[in-house]
Amino acid sequence: MKPDTFAIVLQTALLLVLAPLITGCIRNWKARLQNRRGPRIWQPYSDLIKFLRKDMVISEHASWVFSAAPYVVFITALLVGLMVPMVTVQAPLSLFGGVLAVVGLLALGRFFMALGGLDPASAFGGMGSSREMTIAAIAEPALMLAIFTVAITVGSTDFSHMVAASQQSGWDMLNPTHLMAFAALFIVLLAETGRIPVDNPSTHLELTMIHEAMLLEYSGRYLALMEWGASIKQLVLMAILVNIFLPVGLAADGTVLALGLGLAFFLVKIFLLSAAVVMVETANAKLRLFRVPDLLSAAFVLAAMALLSTFLFH
Amino acid sequence: MDITPTTLLPLAFLGYVLGCVAGLLFLRHERLANVFSFGCGTLGALCGAVGCVMSLAAGATTAAPLQLQLLPTLIPYVQFTVRLDPLSAFFGLLVSLLAFALSLYSIGYARGFFGRKNVGVLGAFFNLMLLATTLVVMADNAFFFLMVWEIMALSAYCLVSFEHEKPETRSAGVLYFVMSHIGTGCIMLGFLLLFQASGGYGFAGFHALTENAGWMASGSRNAAFLLFLIGFGIKAGIVPLHTWLPAAHPVAPSNVSAFMSGVLIKTGIYGMARAFFYFLGTPPMWWGVTVLAIGTVSAVLGVLYALMQHDLKRLLAYHSIENIGIILMGFGASLMFLHTGHPLLATLALIAGLYHTINHAVFKGLLFLGAGAVLHATHTRDMEHMGGLAKRMPQTAFCFLIGAVAISALPPLNGFVSEWLTYQSLLQGFGSTDSLLRLMFPIGGALLALTSALAAACFVKAFGITFLAQPRSEAAAQAHEAPLTMLLGQGVLVAACLFLGLFPTVFLRILDPLTQQLTGLQISPQLTLANGLVLSGVNQNGGTVSTLGIAALGVGLLFIPFALWLVLGQKTKTRIGPTWDCGLQGLTPRMEYTATGFSKPIRMIFKALFRPRREVQREYDFSPYFTTSIRFEAHVEEVFETRIYRPLQRQVLRLSRRMRALQAGSLQAYLIYIFITLLLLLIFAL
Repeated sequence: MKPDTFAIVLQTALLLVLAPLITGCIRNWKARLQNRRGPRIWQPYSDLIKFLRKDMVISEHASWVFSAAPYVVFITALLVGLMVPMVTVQAPLSLFGGVLAVVGLLALGRFFMALGGLDPASAFGGMGSSREMTIAAIAEPALMLAIFTVAITVGSTDFSHMVAASQQSGWDMLNPTHLMAFAALFIVLLAETGRIPVDNPSTHLELTMIHEAMLLEYSGRYLALMEWGASIKQLVLMAILVNIFLPVGLAADGTVLALGLGLAFFLVKIFLLSAAVVMVETANAKLRLFRVPDLLSAAFVLAAMALLSTFLFH
Repeated sequence: MDITPTTLLPLAFLGYVLGCVAGLLFLRHERLANVFSFGCGTLGALCGAVGCVMSLAAGATTAAPLQLQLLPTLIPYVQFTVRLDPLSAFFGLLVSLLAFALSLYSIGYARGFFGRKNVGVLGAFFNLMLLATTLVVMADNAFFFLMVWEIMALSAYCLVSFEHEKPETRSAGVLYFVMSHIGTGCIMLGFLLLFQASGGYGFAGFHALTENAGWMASGSRNAAFLLFLIGFGIKAGIVPLHTWLPAAHPVAPSNVSAFMSGVLIKTGIYGMARAFFYFLGTPPMWWGVTVLAIGTVSAVLGVLYALMQHDLKRLLAYHSIENIGIILMGFGASLMFLHTGHPLLATLALIAGLYHTINHAVFKGLLFLGAGAVLHATHTRDMEHMGGLAKRMPQTAFCFLIGAVAISALPPLNGFVSEWLTYQSLLQGFGSTDSLLRLMFPIGGALLALTSALAAACFVKAFGITFLAQPRSEAAAQAHEAPLTMLLGQGVLVAACLFLGLFPTVFLRILDPLTQQLTGLQISPQLTLANGLVLSGVNQNGGTVSTLGIAALGVGLLFIPFALWLVLGQKTKTRIGPTWDCGLQGLTPRMEYTATGFSKPIRMIFKALFRPRREVQREYDFSPYFTTSIRFEAHVEEVFETRIYRPLQRQVLRLSRRMRALQAGSLQAYLIYIFITLLLLLIFAL
């Protein structure tokens, strides 16, 4: 049960390295699907290095909160990543927290990002913060209820226990309860990572942007930390989705073979999920802001139905 | 002299009495009154806090709790005794800790009243309120309890009305006064029912009864439950009995608001804990269901209304309703588990509720002190006139930020720990029964998630609009940092937030005697893993969390950004520049997002509840495109006030007008009334 330093270092490295690649892949594939050439899949790495080398411009109105926010966002994303099983069943930091700590830490990052958006006194930042906090507020109950459905059947809020339990149940995992919970979590994933139909990651149009609006005043090193943190958060949420509902190939022990196999399976699952996100982004238009609650309440109702159906199938 | 609770408690009472007397003695010397009355209060509170901690720490080993006779009595049934059993000691600790920080803060804060108001009066009533509140949680006799309960309510009323020259303050004071007395009436009736069953007014006597089966008819037991729920619920501010709270808390001086929101409403929680877990025996199912439902509704509605406020102190007052709701969710779940015969889970849920009680006292006190410092500096409570204060009062901003993170239940601070415990008990509770009622647990959990996410949104607004960006008014631009004692008072509570957040397993140990008293179990060893570094649910596989570990590793991971800077960014420079203004001639504060604007999306999403109404009047000369003046007004309906309280008030007034006929001023008529009453009583008695 003790946190294993080696595992922590490995998983941190995986998070840091893999996250920009997923972002790059989604961008590239989306462009291809829309008959554009799009940026290379390695482009996010070049961007991060470029940002890290650039000078920073900080708003004259900003206080110390503005400078603290990028670090909080980046560190919370990493901490959350260490609490979720990726390649192994046992997450390196599962002792330090499960579902509730993950949701709490994500909220902490969001809290500071929203404050960072308000700090430079720009109306764009305030608008982004306001919208981000609103959408998070209605996405969070759906997220919690969907995970609770799994947590209750397993009797644990610990991700590693959930994954282990769903590995044991085999094909039973494909029951309506889990399918509905999966659908609810997928919608929440789109909202939390700022994807179409909730937010458009590739626009800087003031009427539509949410996440980008908060980052407008960031530059240089701070921008790199913010962008990297957002990629890591996206990877972690995807990992939660694929590993709880499709726990195939997760390494049970620390042998090289098992780890290699686990990594291969993990990459395949993540790329498949990314492809699904790309399809959704291409096939849908962005929703008007006040239609987003409808989508998220659909997710909440799905999760509630999943919960009710535990009565029927257990 | 030994330092034991036996010597420390009388010292604490003495401190408050001296503080009260000093305030009255120096009515005409405001500086002396300020230093002496709040100084005595500070020292008394320190003694009280140390005494209570010692009593709790020793509680597991000593069999008989400390008992003190304060005054001799000649009246039967009335005993002026205090008894420091673990429940009293826990709430005594809560009261004394807050009293210590607040008295310290008041020394600086009350200076703002010099030359305007009489500080001696403020100090005297403040100390009286501290004394009465301490006695409320320690009284061992129903009569004594009701007496100090009244003194507490009345001194708080006087403090709420301290700035009585404002009409808003007067009406809030009267509302508080009326509601508070309806509550006292209910509590009195509840005690009378218990007296009927036990034949005495001693608290221990009430408890001893629960041992015998069939000690009280289930009808009168249920009636007592409802009376205590309403009576203590009014004090605690549960929905729908909350309307006095957001009216009264903001208008009081900030040190008093902090005490009212942090501590005074907790006496309602104390009363419920005492009544439901100590007096009334094993609860039927519907008690727990009712309390859990009330808690959930209070939590969600409290935070939703808080989001709509732009008066900083009113916003905080609404958050008190939310947090009382979260506490009651723990209590309700605990009562349900007691009914279904799961003492372990009942203990966990009770701990969750009690932990949140002290957490809320600490961070809400802290936030009100921060709001007081802001008010002191800017002379306004309206957030739309603030902004940019983080640069002008950095220490206060830091303290307020700690409080904001804590109340939003974000790790690694204390709000997260108690909500984590609440979630754990709700989720573990799913397996405790087979009935459909168990769906209440996960649904309650999801609504708790909604509550904490909305609370985070609300505190982004409260902190962001108040402290960040450009100042929105001249007063905010001229703001200055608060004096030292005010910062010290906030510092004490920041330290308490950090301690309760990072070292939950240490704190849980002093709750052991308390749970032993109420549910018969001590579970802190079960909740502690890895030498106290990790907090676990009652079932170790059910989930673990380590706030200390999260904080430590978070600091450790800062190595990565540092390494990146070392490798890539050492040559970069940082420049201060203007915020991007779309090519205009610079940004003005009027272009910033406002508090009202920030919460607009939430107002629109929940418009069925808020029924937002707005009025826009434009005046123009020849074309609507050239407006000469514009007037904008927006309202949110407070459903409970317009739908329940106003109609009720009209009915009461109508009834009173009818009753007036009885009281015509004729002495003969009055004598006949007395005679008829006497006759009826005699017939009834025979």
